[in-house]
Amino acid sequence: MAKRLPPTDAVIIGLGWAGAIIANELTDEGLQVVALERGPWRDTAADFNIATAPDELRYSQRQDLMLRTAQNTITMRNNPGQKALPMRNWGSFHPGNGTGGAGNHWAGITFRFQPEEFRLKSHLTERYGSTAVPEQLTLQDWGTDWTEMEPFYDAFDKVAGTSGKAGNLENKIQDGGNPYEGPRSSEYPTRPLRQPYGPTLFAQAARDMGYKPFPVPSALISEPYTNSLGVTMGPCTFCGFCTNYGCANYSKATAITTIIPVLVRKSNFTCRTNSEVLRILMDASGKRATGVVFVDSSGEEWEQPADIVIVTAFTFENVRLMLLSGVGEPYDPITNTGTTGRNYAYQTANGVQLFFDDKNFNPFIGAGAVGMGIDDFNNDNFDHSGLGFIGGGSIRVTPIGAAPIGNRPTPPGTPTWGSEWKKQTVKNYLSTMSIGCEASSYSMRNNYLSLDPTYCDRLGRPLLRVTFDFPENDLKMAQYCTDKVGEIAKAMNPRQYVKNPSKGHWNGGPYQSSHVVGGFVMGADPKTSSVNKYLQSWDVSNVFVVGASAFPQNPGYNPTATVGALAFKAADAIRTLYVKNPGPLVQA
Amino acid sequence: MKPPLPFKQSRRHFLASGVAAIFVAVASTAGATIIKGVAPFKPFDYNPPETLGTGGWYFFTPQEARLMEALVECLIPADELSVSGLDAGCAEFIDRQLAGSYGTFERLYMQGPFVAGTPEQGDQSPLVPQRRYRLGLAALERHCQQTLGKSFVELPGEQKDQVITSVQNGEIVFKDIDSKMFFAILLQNTMEGFFADPIYGGNRDMVSWKMLGFPGARYDYRDYIDRHNEKLDLPPLSISGRPEWHKKG
Amino acid sequence: MNNLLLKSVGILAFTATAAVAQAPRDDSFEKVARGRYLATLADCSACHTAAGGAPFAGGVVLQTPFGDLVGANITPDPDTGIGRYTEEEFQRVMSEGIGKGGYHLYGAMPFTAYTKVSKSDNSAIYAYLRSVEPVRNKVETNQLPFPFNIRASLIGWNFLNFSKGEFEKNPDRSAEWNRGAYIVEGLGHCGTCHTPKTSLGGDENDRFLEGATLQNWHAPNITADRHRGIGSWSTDEIVQYLKTGTNRFDTASGPMAEEVENSSQHWNDADLNAVAVYLKESRTSATEVPDALDADDTRIVAGKNIYADRCSACHTPDGNGIPRLFPKLSSAPLVNSDDPTSLIRVVLAGSRAGGTQASPTGPAMPSFAWNLSDDDVANVLTYIRNRWGNSAVPVAASEVKELREQLQE
Repeated sequence: MAKRLPPTDAVIIGLGWAGAIIANELTDEGLQVVALERGPWRDTAADFNIATAPDELRYSQRQDLMLRTAQNTITMRNNPGQKALPMRNWGSFHPGNGTGGAGNHWAGITFRFQPEEFRLKSHLTERYGSTAVPEQLTLQDWGTDWTEMEPFYDAFDKVAGTSGKAGNLENKIQDGGNPYEGPRSSEYPTRPLRQPYGPTLFAQAARDMGYKPFPVPSALISEPYTNSLGVTMGPCTFCGFCTNYGCANYSKATAITTIIPVLVRKSNFTCRTNSEVLRILMDASGKRATGVVFVDSSGEEWEQPADIVIVTAFTFENVRLMLLSGVGEPYDPITNTGTTGRNYAYQTANGVQLFFDDKNFNPFIGAGAVGMGIDDFNNDNFDHSGLGFIGGGSIRVTPIGAAPIGNRPTPPGTPTWGSEWKKQTVKNYLSTMSIGCEASSYSMRNNYLSLDPTYCDRLGRPLLRVTFDFPENDLKMAQYCTDKVGEIAKAMNPRQYVKNPSKGHWNGGPYQSSHVVGGFVMGADPKTSSVNKYLQSWDVSNVFVVGASAFPQNPGYNPTATVGALAFKAADAIRTLYVKNPGPLVQA
Repeated sequence: MKPPLPFKQSRRHFLASGVAAIFVAVASTAGATIIKGVAPFKPFDYNPPETLGTGGWYFFTPQEARLMEALVECLIPADELSVSGLDAGCAEFIDRQLAGSYGTFERLYMQGPFVAGTPEQGDQSPLVPQRRYRLGLAALERHCQQTLGKSFVELPGEQKDQVITSVQNGEIVFKDIDSKMFFAILLQNTMEGFFADPIYGGNRDMVSWKMLGFPGARYDYRDYIDRHNEKLDLPPLSISGRPEWHKKG
Repeated sequence: MNNLLLKSVGILAFTATAAVAQAPRDDSFEKVARGRYLATLADCSACHTAAGGAPFAGGVVLQTPFGDLVGANITPDPDTGIGRYTEEEFQRVMSEGIGKGGYHLYGAMPFTAYTKVSKSDNSAIYAYLRSVEPVRNKVETNQLPFPFNIRASLIGWNFLNFSKGEFEKNPDRSAEWNRGAYIVEGLGHCGTCHTPKTSLGGDENDRFLEGATLQNWHAPNITADRHRGIGSWSTDEIVQYLKTGTNRFDTASGPMAEEVENSSQHWNDADLNAVAVYLKESRTSATEVPDALDADDTRIVAGKNIYADRCSACHTPDGNGIPRLFPKLSSAPLVNSDDPTSLIRVVLAGSRAGGTQASPTGPAMPSFAWNLSDDDVANVLTYIRNRWGNSAVPVAASEVKELREQLQE
């Protein structure tokens, strides 16, 4: 029997970006907030000591900052006809763990979604007609719009200190920025990062071809910045131990460098680490949550009663907790009923490698989000009439560093060992670059999340089962966009270039991106969504579920800024609406 | 030379000190850590890498060690570019990895049932790395003795390479373990040993980093990012330092 | 919404009882409030409130070269606190260092500074301490070994180290300066940490505020000396440091971080400004500035490499640091101190900067004890102390070794 703790106003599950943002807003409102984090406390100086942080074996190969699959993992299959098997080592994606969550090891690419995204289905229908969306896809609108989202994107940028150059400031297109972005109410808080050689060459070639290159918006910031909460960050030093690593010098925006220093100082905030939530407790009606049960590292169970339950774990755990707690009806792809687990989507990772003889890129100089990009082939920025697909990708050169266990580019056909392997490895190490294209992934009926019937975690609870394969639409798009990247690569005149579009089935092995979305999506219609536009559960009005789990499909952008904006949006709704009048904020 | 680093096995090494701890408000209950008031700080605290000392073998038997040394020497031969995988310490590196948490896949989900899946479902073997090496090395040696009448280590260089190639492409079939799986982990760990930080026992004297022009664990390139298309020739840095720290006059 | 509801009811109830309870007393509300501010100014809690303990219930251990002393319980508990003290007896503690019953207090209770506190301020502090929650907590304050545990020895000590008397205004100086002097020399007892000590533990008064080492922290020179002291800081920058724990030069750590967190961040602007004016316009130390070591000195060559690899990513390649985050090392008083104790200490053990309401970041210096040898620490500190306008005596590996052993005891 769980031991009962004193009741609190709000309990927050997961103290990453979303959890920290909401905790900070609600404590500002005067609420008592308890945050439960399944991983350890993380601190820059202790955990990311400058002498231990740049360790490729430990952080990139052995995944030291990531959730241990021994604690929790997923099972995967490509279609409902297969038997799902566990992902025993993280491959395709990298869920985080501990305070700061995946925000500690993220790359820092901080795009906002475009205005069209929030009404994607309506937009495509208006532009291309009612048959524009391929039948297999289950695209839908978000139930919100740009006007509602922009202030919260702005709030996130001012907490993270995002570096970049506005391309659209209050509807005026700005030189040097991304002209395809939605109108911003203010310039980026910090200037763009300086650029290494590879991005500079790419931007020149893209500009010569008539495209519009811009500095990739980055949460690894370019200059000292004191954020909207009074917390100061330092400038990025381009150390190249960024994606998959924690930052030693307070230049990567994560909850631990931007919010938690303020949050822990508040007397109405408590954080419990090494505390994994087992399920949300419901009253007899099943319409109201009464708190959560969690287990600490000694195996002891605790009940934390709360008036509001806010779920801000990673996409997978958000959805799994809903399934384990019976919030919402599980999605059934056969009958197409239920919403929990519906509209799971991913992203297609494409790229082109360029091998040169006469260039030295010093590829070890880098950061997860330093680089130049173009959006001319992203989302619906180009005319899709007659192309046979919808969607697109963000094309960019972002040298993340080149620690050599994982970064040893050689031309196809090179042996994997022996003298010739070594010769090619040395020859190409400094003179190879790549252009990436992170592209959209659209939801479809057979891609969904559910509880696994066979595999359980260490506590005997079913693992989450991911049933996913790339829709034909996405693979066509991937080929088209990669060909466009190939044209730019060719113009850069390398000795050789190699195109690698996403092909075939989704493979859980190689890393692609951690941009897993959906499963508890937001929308205007409770038949096709789990949360309303305030991230409030349609079924249990004192449960808010915040994260990329709310995205109904995935555009060709990185998700974090939108996760942050949605967190601010949910917090604002709780502060301004829910606290005054608890209950459903949107009538179903 | 610098004395061996005092790496600790425990995750947290902490010594309380006088007044510095006064305003840290951390309480530990049975298992959860409760954080309230001020972010915890402990003098001398750091999160150490998992390493083992130098000298001797922690996991491999003497026979296995000889075999491993021969294998890593084939995979990474000595030439004008660098010393061999053997001289770079790749066998010691793997030995220490196997003796640590990696050797038993301590961090990984290793619950059954273990079922062979599709290629997209990845590694579903119940064998942890320690078992993969123990079985794989024994099978390789058995194969060489039975079909070539010699230990692997006694084969001439070219013949060693041929055997390895046949293991890599699955032409040689082992009884207890998938030969391709054995080769895959051997190659992966050998490369890790050659390119990882020297604190783990391989990449001796940062030999692979010097070979590539990779400056290692440096953390500040602000003075270099604008120097486009220029060979920088920065001496590499290990977690444990670099020789230039100790240069006398 | 039970909790939310309860909370608003609670606020109403509190307002109602407070209104009833406060009305009949004389000037007690104002006096207690003033006493609370003065107790904050004097940072009483630094020694009298233990970590996680009740306010003013004592128990903080002070390590001195003579042995341990423990902060007393100064709550109004009659048996274990100061509940039986009259105002006059309290006044005598502050101005003479003599406790109830006539015993002598050790100099760790900074009565050599508090003697300057005015009677009316002592009265307010007394009123405030009477108003706090009485806590029963017996504290053995004197844990010194023989012969230092003999309080009679203090009579001689006082003769040598203590001149009694309330602060007297200097009529040639501004009111601001005089207020600053009153705080720095009196209630703020800055000299307790910042003034060099004699072999008996008394202040070397002719070297007031020139820096001292206590509990393995070096409190730097805070005179207007431009090399070792804070002569190059403007009054606004001194105010900013005391109020937020950080300015473009430095970030408070160690005991000073605690001082800022618990005391000076709560001072009013007039007092902060007065202290800054006083520090700027009082004395400067007149010791010689050594020449910086040559660039080809082997220690400088090695130190430069270590600096590039372990320090520059935060403190920047030119030693200028990042305001509010990473202390500036160039032309920095602490870096130029003759005594490198604090520098060695933060490199070995790491340190958390103070977080304040105005500057909540609280960044931390990581620990390098595990990674840098005694020679490495000495060389990198010698480098820092002899570059970018700094010049100071080299740090010896033996000093690092000694402090490493002491800190790890």
